Amino acid sequence: MNPYLPLPMKIVRITVETDDRDIKTFSISFVNSKDEANFKYIPGQFAELSILDKGEAPFGMASSPTQPECLEFSVSKIGVLTNALHNMDVGGTVGVRGPLGNGYPIEKLKGKNIVMIGGGFGFSTLRALTNFMLDEANRDNFKDITVIYGARRPGLLLYKDDLEKWGKRSDIHLHLTVDTGDEEWTGNVGFVPSITKEVAPNSEDAYALVCGPPAMIKFTLPVVEELGFPLERILLSLEMRMKCGLGMCGRCNIGSKYVCKDGPVFSLAELSKLPHEY
Amino acid sequence: MKAKIIKKTDISSFLDRLVKDYEVFAPVEKEGLINFERISSGNEALFDCPNTKMSPKQFLFPQSETLFSYSSTKDTCELEVPPGPEKPQLIFGIRPCDAMSFTLLDKVFGGDFKDPYYLNRRANTIVVSIGCLSPKATCFCTSVGGGPFSTEGSDILLIGIGDKYVVQIVSDNGTKLLDKKGLEDAGKEKLDLAAGVIKKTEAAMNPGVETEGLKEKLDNSFDDPIWQELTEKCLGCGVCTYLCPSCHCFDIVDEAADSGGKRIRLWDSCQFPLFTLQASGFNPRPTVKERFRQRVMHKFSYLLDSCGQIGCVGCGRCITECPVNLDIRQVLNSIAQLEGVK
Repeated sequence: MNPYLPLPMKIVRITVETDDRDIKTFSISFVNSKDEANFKYIPGQFAELSILDKGEAPFGMASSPTQPECLEFSVSKIGVLTNALHNMDVGGTVGVRGPLGNGYPIEKLKGKNIVMIGGGFGFSTLRALTNFMLDEANRDNFKDITVIYGARRPGLLLYKDDLEKWGKRSDIHLHLTVDTGDEEWTGNVGFVPSITKEVAPNSEDAYALVCGPPAMIKFTLPVVEELGFPLERILLSLEMRMKCGLGMCGRCNIGSKYVCKDGPVFSLAELSKLPHEY
Repeated sequence: MKAKIIKKTDISSFLDRLVKDYEVFAPVEKEGLINFERISSGNEALFDCPNTKMSPKQFLFPQSETLFSYSSTKDTCELEVPPGPEKPQLIFGIRPCDAMSFTLLDKVFGGDFKDPYYLNRRANTIVVSIGCLSPKATCFCTSVGGGPFSTEGSDILLIGIGDKYVVQIVSDNGTKLLDKKGLEDAGKEKLDLAAGVIKKTEAAMNPGVETEGLKEKLDNSFDDPIWQELTEKCLGCGVCTYLCPSCHCFDIVDEAADSGGKRIRLWDSCQFPLFTLQASGFNPRPTVKERFRQRVMHKFSYLLDSCGQIGCVGCGRCITECPVNLDIRQVLNSIAQLEGVK
């Protein structure tokens, strides 16, 4: 099988996620049913999304494999490819190469308490994981599920439908926060690290998964460590510039590990052995 | 070892016979530069010449190649992968250092993921190398696990003894190539002569770099200020990476045309700032220091972890062609001599 060939997919739905309209979620479905059957993924994996003439780039999958009708990618409008994507309409054709990367270690997470801490745009694969764990077939495999999710302001919180659904459930502890609120906002106001400190999730028999912008990660990790999570049970999903996604093109390495192939999910214990070049 | 013997004056007619069945590439002088070119007759090939300016990696991993071409209308889109080569290729007169680089590329492109473009070319390539009788002052193959007569990566190795070559058969492909070519077996006398030549040449080589314990030193030197000092004069031009037979980083881009286009991959270089620049504007390797360090670390530490092999074959191209005379041997020796770093 040629790993460079994108599979054709059609855009079936476009959701404008943020009030500045800079982030949209593209729901896409396979053109060929055979491709669909072969595309098996887990939350935390990514794929190379491409538009012919514009190129390709890696995006974490925001959808959960428990919702098999389509794949979802949340895309921030920032460069040539993402601008082209934002200009597309439902029915347009894109290409997908994947799934790539290791994804979240589902087997290790089973039977544990799960604490997910996300900020801004970095929340997409945690959203996938949350929907995966909340699925009827999987929910019993995990103990307490806590989600702490923050954005700069309410209009920048993604996946509002999901947040509303999760908020109504009793089997998930959801803590939303914004840096600055508005008249309608009734939730927490404060940065993710301080809300994490306030919520103080129990670290016993628990994994902490942290995803977000560098500043959030930098100030959240000490809080998580202070709560007693050992380095092996603090997981991060990293981003790097990538081309092939196959561990060959040479740009996404941190030391001898490739973020595309060995990651993007690493434990803090693994990262502590690598040079700090990310 | 299985070995045959051939007169140097018979090489030309030997190549003539191969041209029918193979695309034969050999060192040729063109506009003052010696490089591999396709030859149509044996007398075009040079074999008593310095090593080529460009490495032969282009025959397995071209500087630019089409991954697929596409033609699209509003509703349909056809992808077409270019067909592989019609004839197998034979690279004649490659140096043992360059041949050894193929063993590294094999691991990179044939590891967890299989790169069909590389592997298809590799399976259709015969490597006939010529041992180096007079290594240059910038050669250091013996420091990095090779040697002027190393057989790593070759199908056949020619060892010059006077007016003849001992033809050492290294692989099954080598055996097949020489089948029914009427070459005499090399007797003990010729083999002894060859062994003498190898010994004498290796002994005459410059001491290059001390690689014993180097990986650990490098790993521990990551944050050492010496990297700033060592890389101060680097221009970041990337010529070292383009000429290097082991460097294999690439970019993938789309080349649009009127009614379709091509997705191509091209050599890229870790020495360029855009190489790792992220969409957010963050660059994990923002200056020459980090980029130069990456090149050295990748070759002498990271690849040992991921492929079990150093990413350098000691050909010395990066030394002879560097516009500011940055010498990788001096860089490595400076690291090896760092005090206080284990």
